[in-house]
Amino acid sequence: MQLVEKLSDILDKDSLLYEQEDTKPYECDGLSAYRKLPMLVVLPSTVEQVQAIVRVCHEYKIPVIARGAGTGLSGGALPREDAVLLSLARLNQILTIDPAQCLAIVQPGVRNLAISEAVAPMGLYYAPDPSSQIACSIGGNVAENSGGVHCLKYGLTVHNISQLKIVSIEGELLTIGSHGLDSSGYDLLALMTGSEGMLGIIVEITVKLLPIPERAQVIMAAFDDVEKAGNTVGHIIADGIIPAGLEMMDNPAIRAAEDFVHAGYPVDAAAILLCELDGTNEDVSAQVMRVCELMKQHGAISVKTAQDEAERQQLWKGRKAAFPAVGRIAPDYYCMDGTIPRNKLAWVLKSIAELSDQYQLPVANVFHAGDGNLHPLILYDANKPGELQKTEEFGGKILELCIQAGGTITGEHGVGMEKIDQMCIQFKADELQQFHDIKHAFDPDGLLNPGKAVPTLHRCAEFGAMHVHDGQLPHPELERF
Amino acid sequence: MPDQSQPLGDQVTEAISQKRALYIQGNNTKAFLGNECDASTLDVSNHSGILHYEPTELVITARAGTPLSEIIHNLDAHQQMLAFEPPAFGEHATLGGTIACNLSGPRRPYTGAARDYVLGCRMINGQGQIMQFGGEVMKNVAGYDVSRLMTGSLGTLGILLDVSLKVVPKPQKEITISKEVSAEQALQLMAHWRQQPAPISASCHDGQQLFFRLSGTEQALKAARNKIGGERVDNDTLFWQRLNEHQHAFFNTRKKVWRLSLPSTAPLLELEGKTMMDWGGAQRWLVSDANPETVRTKVASIGGHATVYRNNNTDTNSFHPLDGNMLFIHQQLKKALDPHGLFNPGKMYSEI
Repeated sequence: MQLVEKLSDILDKDSLLYEQEDTKPYECDGLSAYRKLPMLVVLPSTVEQVQAIVRVCHEYKIPVIARGAGTGLSGGALPREDAVLLSLARLNQILTIDPAQCLAIVQPGVRNLAISEAVAPMGLYYAPDPSSQIACSIGGNVAENSGGVHCLKYGLTVHNISQLKIVSIEGELLTIGSHGLDSSGYDLLALMTGSEGMLGIIVEITVKLLPIPERAQVIMAAFDDVEKAGNTVGHIIADGIIPAGLEMMDNPAIRAAEDFVHAGYPVDAAAILLCELDGTNEDVSAQVMRVCELMKQHGAISVKTAQDEAERQQLWKGRKAAFPAVGRIAPDYYCMDGTIPRNKLAWVLKSIAELSDQYQLPVANVFHAGDGNLHPLILYDANKPGELQKTEEFGGKILELCIQAGGTITGEHGVGMEKIDQMCIQFKADELQQFHDIKHAFDPDGLLNPGKAVPTLHRCAEFGAMHVHDGQLPHPELERF
Repeated sequence: MPDQSQPLGDQVTEAISQKRALYIQGNNTKAFLGNECDASTLDVSNHSGILHYEPTELVITARAGTPLSEIIHNLDAHQQMLAFEPPAFGEHATLGGTIACNLSGPRRPYTGAARDYVLGCRMINGQGQIMQFGGEVMKNVAGYDVSRLMTGSLGTLGILLDVSLKVVPKPQKEITISKEVSAEQALQLMAHWRQQPAPISASCHDGQQLFFRLSGTEQALKAARNKIGGERVDNDTLFWQRLNEHQHAFFNTRKKVWRLSLPSTAPLLELEGKTMMDWGGAQRWLVSDANPETVRTKVASIGGHATVYRNNNTDTNSFHPLDGNMLFIHQQLKKALDPHGLFNPGKMYSEI
């Protein structure tokens, strides 16, 4: 095969995989329900190799799918049988740390947590902290615009990067952004962040670093009612306090996490709030007192402040381990990722509970309450015939609820392959076409991660759930199935 | 005021059929910024009004023609603010103009730019289609980030109709301290404090003095002031406002006023003229008669870009030129959003 020959001029044989036994580990990312074998897998170690590979693919019009650590939850790195899977795992070096500028230049395969670990001796850290931060790579974080528990105060990936180097589909190396606070022309840095490998291959990232706050303190409050917990979040924010993290878990999630890591959670509570405050010693002292008061005032049945760093870590451990904890109580779970205006929380949770009854599938809810990002975990058993399909249908309904509530189908996991049909509901045909036109500006042949993130209008017509605006069907010329 | 989306959309459709370019204008407070633009004016200032403000959700949505002052006034009533502290450059500045220019003030290096707070927008593209991107929630990764692409695009990609912004609580208290130090020492001190967990919310050097603004609780400011040292500055709100609005005596000139955007630790540039450093060293204002080429070559060599912000006598492009590959992407994007080349032709670059 000509392509293999061409690529073996660029890569040694350990970096070019095409036998099924070698490509099998790459058949899925973190969304393991979706699997496909790639045509071949390439593992470049240098930026020049990435450029050369992309040039060959461009010449032969072979699609290229970039993959980081493979922890993504939306199937963004799902392979195709007609595509090259380009793993950036071997570009895994921290290239420069510049404490005076509070910047670090890293390769895309560097793990998220490894950055904060490397700069900790300088009193600095990298703020976005997705729950998968021990494993997920920074390149993948940029591709998905990942968040984490601290993004209410510190923002998402897009707020915490300064410059990218990308390889275009033509194989050109482009610098986007700068080491200053802006650059000339359009904000391509924002456009590239969260673009799910559809516009270019990210080969270098300059991340912004922040000084480690003087003090961080976590408060845990238990509630006998989910709605009270949700409303308390609004009261804290209305009081002028922006917590570093503000997380909510419902009873099934609390029980699962407590069984797993013994974080000290009250297993009989309907919901708990974990509220972390950070900043100067004086600000944190004042805010801790105020938040405890507000929590009691708005119906918390118990309020507890971590007495030391060990207890703080323990309280967070339960939250960060919530997904694997739920994984212990059911053979499989399916993690959703909608965002809603917080004041719609009670309605959305009630509707999810009704759907749960209807589909006979239990749900545990983990919620980035501060910024409205909801992670319902649907518990199921993939070995039971039809149950995965039922789960996916239920999941789709949850996403539609989020849109109805004025929110979005994905807060931080990306659309990938998983939520592509729900894009037809969130966006009108004109808007989807605009996305395709933007992709075309970077990738006219549609070779970068084709078929992900933005559905074709044809697919939307097949899906049968079009965004209907003012009662008019967009593109009436398309056949409806 | 009534919704002007459809009438504006109709005007775009008409302009397409007449092959007539449009110059999008709010209240024309930022006419000095950017290149001359030869097109008929499309007044968007009537599309005005706050649509939705929910203090507990930290979100405001307003029409692009809404006066910035109206937005700030409403936020103020709930002890909230725009974290990016935009300059208005005129009494009647609009939200749309502010976002189209991505204008951010002294707080920018510590809390972020306008683009960091844009959550979503409604807009009209160059085909006259009314579209909506992003939304009113903090986290949203569905589709490309068109709202942020629109921010700072100087109206060259479409007409902003409504913008949703994240807002933040106002700090309990703010004070400013100053120290008489050289520009070199100021750069070192700004770099030093950048790495410390101090409640700094602005820092600038006016040629003689270094200014730090501190924001937080009374106790936190007291502790920080003791650590950092320096003299307390009276009337400091006015000081930052005058710097932000270019009302400081420094800006009183007929010479070119350059905005140099640089890595914060970039050394002092040996360029003719006087300099004011803001944004912890990352934004430097230069009043100078120096040859534009000289300024741009120097700034580019240390990874920055240079804009002629005021008093451009049209001998040079206002914005730093793009290299070939980047210019190509800009042209392709322009085509994707504005295929007929309708909006603000040449305002940013002659090619788009």
